[in-house]
Amino acid sequence: MASERRLRIKTLVMVLAMVVCANVGDLMLKHGMSQIGAVPLTLSGLQHAFLLTITNGTIWIGIFFLSGFMLSYMTVLSWADYSYVMPAGAFGYALLTLLAVIFLHETVSPRRWIGVIMICVGVLLVGQTKPRTTAEVPRTASPEVAA
Amino acid sequence: MTRAILMLAVLVFCSTGGEIAITHGMKATGEPARLRPKPLLEFLGRAFCNGWFWAGVPLMALSFYSLLVLLSWEPISFVIPASAMSYVVGTFGAKYILGEDVSVARWAGVALVCAGVALVAAG
Repeated sequence: MASERRLRIKTLVMVLAMVVCANVGDLMLKHGMSQIGAVPLTLSGLQHAFLLTITNGTIWIGIFFLSGFMLSYMTVLSWADYSYVMPAGAFGYALLTLLAVIFLHETVSPRRWIGVIMICVGVLLVGQTKPRTTAEVPRTASPEVAA
Repeated sequence: MTRAILMLAVLVFCSTGGEIAITHGMKATGEPARLRPKPLLEFLGRAFCNGWFWAGVPLMALSFYSLLVLLSWEPISFVIPASAMSYVVGTFGAKYILGEDVSVARWAGVALVCAGVALVAAG
């Protein structure tokens, strides 16, 4: 089952790349949007907010990282199940909490720790299922390759 | 609050719909020959020629923009837990639209992740 092992390893690497890029990107966007402030839901309000968004440097750094997320996301979905990748990506929330404790010395509520443990157990549960359950699309007309 | 819930529904529908369309497109594209720049560029080229990919992109853009708007209205500790329901909606989509085999272990994992994300983001 060397190919099965290879599939697991490359899926894991791609999911990790996804998680890092998505979290850094989201943090930058949140930071950028807080510089812009609340968006009023009127045509002129949305127009104004759009202009402020596309001229904000922090937003662009966020977009750069989210592009990296998009590439790793597209790549991993070309071989792995959506229902495998999506929950595995939630590992980022657990990672963010750990980073906040280690580097920012934040105190974390018991409720949040329970959440982190639930995410980790959930990701481990999903992680031990087969990354791909659908058949390979017969693009190269060799459906046996998937096995 | 009503406008936030409405925007949340738009967010969940567009993000899961977009992701399912893109997953379908990527499966049809096929994986890159190697994880190197040139095969990755060729892979992107093939993906950009796929109709399902382009069906997913506007949906994801809309979900992205509704997330930005929601984040400007409500604290992140409300937005992320509430949008965690997209894990469950997405898994139903994976099973019934994409035909993935969602085992009991995977369902249990998704349920734990969904509840865990809600707890973490609620603080």
